[in-house]
Amino acid sequence: MLAWTIYLSFAGALVEALLPKDRHGLARGLALALAVAGLVIAVAAYAASMGQGTAVITDAVWVPSMGIHYLLVADGISRVLVLLTGLASVAGVLFSWNIELRTNQFFAFYLALIGGVYGVFLSGDLFLLFIFYEIAIVPKYFLIAIWGSTRREYGAMKLALYSFVGSAMVLIGLLAAYAMAGSHSTTLADLAHAGLPVSMQMGLFPLVFVGFAILAGMWPFHTWAPTGHVAAPTAASMLLAGVVMKLGAYGCLRVGIGLFPHGLDPWGFTFLGLGSWRDVFALLALIGIVYGALVALAQSDFKFVIGYSSVSHMGFVLLGLMTLNQIGLDGAVLQMFSHGVIAGLLFAIVGRIVYDRTHTRQLAELETMHLARRLPFAAWAFVIAGVASMGLPGFSGFVAELQVLVGSWRANPWWTAAAGIGIIVGVAYTWRALQKAFFSDRLPTPEEHPKTGWHDLGAITWPEITGVALLGISTLVIGLYPRILLDSIEPAVKALLAGGVQ
Amino acid sequence: MSDMIIGANAGFPILTVLTVLPVVGAAIALFSGRHARGVALLTALASLILSLVVWIRLPGDGTIGLSEFHQWIPSTGVDYHLGVDALGALMLVLSAIVTLMSIDAAIRVHHQPGLFYALVLLLESGLIGSFTALNFFHWFLFWELSLIPAFFLIKLWGGPKRGPAATQFFVYTIAGSVALLLSFLAVFLSTGSMDFLALADLAANGTLAQMVVGHLGAVMPWLAIGVLAGFAVKVPLMPFHTWLPNAYAEAPSPVTMLLTGAMSKMGVYGLLRIALPIFGPQIAAMRTPLLVLAVLTVVMGAWAAAAQKDLKRVFAYSSVNHLGYCLLGIFVLAIPVSGAAAQASQAAALNGVILQMFNHGLTAAALFWFIAMIQMRSGGLRGVDDFGGLRKPAPVFAGLMGIALFSSLGLPGLNGFVGEFLIFRGVFPLSWISAAISVLGLLVTAAVILTVIQKVFTGPVPERWAAFPDLHSSERMALAPVIGLMLLLGLLPQLILDTVNPTVVNLLAHWRF
Repeated sequence: MLAWTIYLSFAGALVEALLPKDRHGLARGLALALAVAGLVIAVAAYAASMGQGTAVITDAVWVPSMGIHYLLVADGISRVLVLLTGLASVAGVLFSWNIELRTNQFFAFYLALIGGVYGVFLSGDLFLLFIFYEIAIVPKYFLIAIWGSTRREYGAMKLALYSFVGSAMVLIGLLAAYAMAGSHSTTLADLAHAGLPVSMQMGLFPLVFVGFAILAGMWPFHTWAPTGHVAAPTAASMLLAGVVMKLGAYGCLRVGIGLFPHGLDPWGFTFLGLGSWRDVFALLALIGIVYGALVALAQSDFKFVIGYSSVSHMGFVLLGLMTLNQIGLDGAVLQMFSHGVIAGLLFAIVGRIVYDRTHTRQLAELETMHLARRLPFAAWAFVIAGVASMGLPGFSGFVAELQVLVGSWRANPWWTAAAGIGIIVGVAYTWRALQKAFFSDRLPTPEEHPKTGWHDLGAITWPEITGVALLGISTLVIGLYPRILLDSIEPAVKALLAGGVQ
Repeated sequence: MSDMIIGANAGFPILTVLTVLPVVGAAIALFSGRHARGVALLTALASLILSLVVWIRLPGDGTIGLSEFHQWIPSTGVDYHLGVDALGALMLVLSAIVTLMSIDAAIRVHHQPGLFYALVLLLESGLIGSFTALNFFHWFLFWELSLIPAFFLIKLWGGPKRGPAATQFFVYTIAGSVALLLSFLAVFLSTGSMDFLALADLAANGTLAQMVVGHLGAVMPWLAIGVLAGFAVKVPLMPFHTWLPNAYAEAPSPVTMLLTGAMSKMGVYGLLRIALPIFGPQIAAMRTPLLVLAVLTVVMGAWAAAAQKDLKRVFAYSSVNHLGYCLLGIFVLAIPVSGAAAQASQAAALNGVILQMFNHGLTAAALFWFIAMIQMRSGGLRGVDDFGGLRKPAPVFAGLMGIALFSSLGLPGLNGFVGEFLIFRGVFPLSWISAAISVLGLLVTAAVILTVIQKVFTGPVPERWAAFPDLHSSERMALAPVIGLMLLLGLLPQLILDTVNPTVVNLLAHWRF
């Protein structure tokens, strides 16, 4: 059943592309219907598979000579991320309701991106996964370059180049692994059991891991993320932060750690206190957490605050992966879901609800607009998204980050201490943005006044309310009852850990 | 105590209902436009009735009852574990009374009333949740939940300097919360448990300290300091009080009623329910500096009140002083004693603390309510020196506010007296020097309150206040139950003490220092 999420999205992309240009309503309606269908399938499949392990959805030989299979598989981790993709895609369509420029093409690219993402999360074959991964990159470029804002060509090109460099690294690693394994099969399961030599794993692991981690926003390869997020149209930044960054993290987990578990073993010597790739990447993750938070604190552009906060929060995912223990990995997967929902909500508020009305994202200008009074819905939605992003208990971020912290403590207490600093700075930058953008009492100075006149901001529309409700309720429900997801994540992580990772 | 955890889900989940009720009320109030006030009043009244049912149905032996237990997030030791003894139940009743008073007092909210009442009710839910939770995660969730509405109530409806006051309040409290969270994270990493009762058991037989030392080294004192810091900010304990006068003065009076009447008790409650049972030996080791700070809070709080010109700031510092007695009565329990006489003193002090929590909540909320009424009549003025002779144009007002003021002063026969008397009765034999210095606080408070009465209510009436309106009948009706309760509890403190005393005995029997 889950395979239909992929087929429906691609079919939808094709139909959208063939629609007449001026049928905006039809294009929107079709996109919404397909996104909702995807979400319904994801939810139904999730509910039906509660407590089940890995399930094969489709298995067909594709290129017999090379052992490539068209193999779709779902385990607890995939199902959670498919669920996230479903939520993010519906919300993204809702927050793109006001797109008037080449509407059908916008949704064609949008649905193609979604289809690629579903495909990555469900692929059980390495080459299939790689193909879906590449498919997801191309529409991203066009979405930003055509429908974007601030420096959109630059942002789009930077994002595409970073992605392709990452893909190239992954591809080299994969080809080498395939050649060495000699099993004439490219399914993940076969490659994982091929017994690659330890030295080989140690060489290939960093290549593949970094290749994927670029897309997950790992410091110092994160610089595409803030510029890309800012340049992208709202729905694209929601998808970028919400699910595309998760593609990277998912690749790190499923391919990097899954295929090369011994790549994380100690080198046998220490260099600057680092004794393994695990130490190296944990350090980079921690720098990302703290650096992303500190930079977010210093931004004057509202959307950049959220862009850098994504770098910081994705650092928790990478840190969780490097703990290599049950609770840390559980936390990493839960954080992928949680950040996907929360970042989507934040970008929606900043990009769609606020920017499309005020036409400025400068915090200094927003300060004089008294948005809490003029756009109370936006203000209170941001309060909810903001406290969720800060990691207040009751929202999904708290449980996820708590589990990562507990896991990293068991791996190395200093990791927890450093990540704790990131959380505290996280409270500060979120609160700063909240106060400045919505709750400031500052009156405009005479020089500012003409620029920021009190023009009509326009009423909040139903797609905005629906989208905020969808994402806000998701983070609250998962925060209050995380077992909905953890009951699926835990067995899948356990199986992954038993498959060779120490 | 942990054997009570299992199989405790008996009957109707009244504590859950009590917690959820204000949230539902808040949601309805938000969308009911001009009926919001009615919805809020009904919700608060229903909460009060439910909390009284909880009080009546408490187990008679002072243990924790009405428990609810469900697994929540097994991997992180998080359970849904609720329960109250007389301490928790008394705080539930107090929260419900103060919320009702606050909503009653908030008749002048014209700007977004729906949102205002919704936030007040959310704050009530935060209070109720934190007074019933027995698992750290659950407790922390509500501890933080109460902070968000309080911030916005100050920020959006406060006085001229509301922005900085709200931010200062938020930053101080969040800093304390982070310290608390880190301490409990360390405890969880060492023990695998977040359950207050289970952790108290571990602490009582000494294994908690061993487990923490085994996992993390000799950090136990630092963990205790982290937890104490979280509560010290909330109560507050000097020198962590500097957010308080600004927040109390800038918040609209109905919100100040909630801050001082109920939220400050979250800190005292946390000390009794969480800090002392789990970190007893570490607190005992720090008892001398803690007692010094408590005495300082009592004396300096009173002294600072004497120096204020703004009535709200007078009562803000006076609240610091009154809660200082609670802190004094709590920290004195950490002094090791033996013998029946000393144990009786401990029991007296703890009974006094719990009674003082309730009485201060009631009296302070009433005083800020009166200030709201003064401001309503004076066009916003509330300086100590702005008035004079008000008892002539407004005799009923002067009489009723006088009762509240004398209750705050601790006049025998009114509710404020008994708690303070029991605290001093308990503290004196255990640490006579603390008691002796703290008496200064009593004297200065008396002087402050008499000065207020003198300057506001007696003397010649200035021209402009000659027509100061007296309380009209609806105000009298609203205030009557509050003043009546002050008189009733002053004359019959056993209405509370008879139920509280078994819990006091039970708490003291389980603490190990």
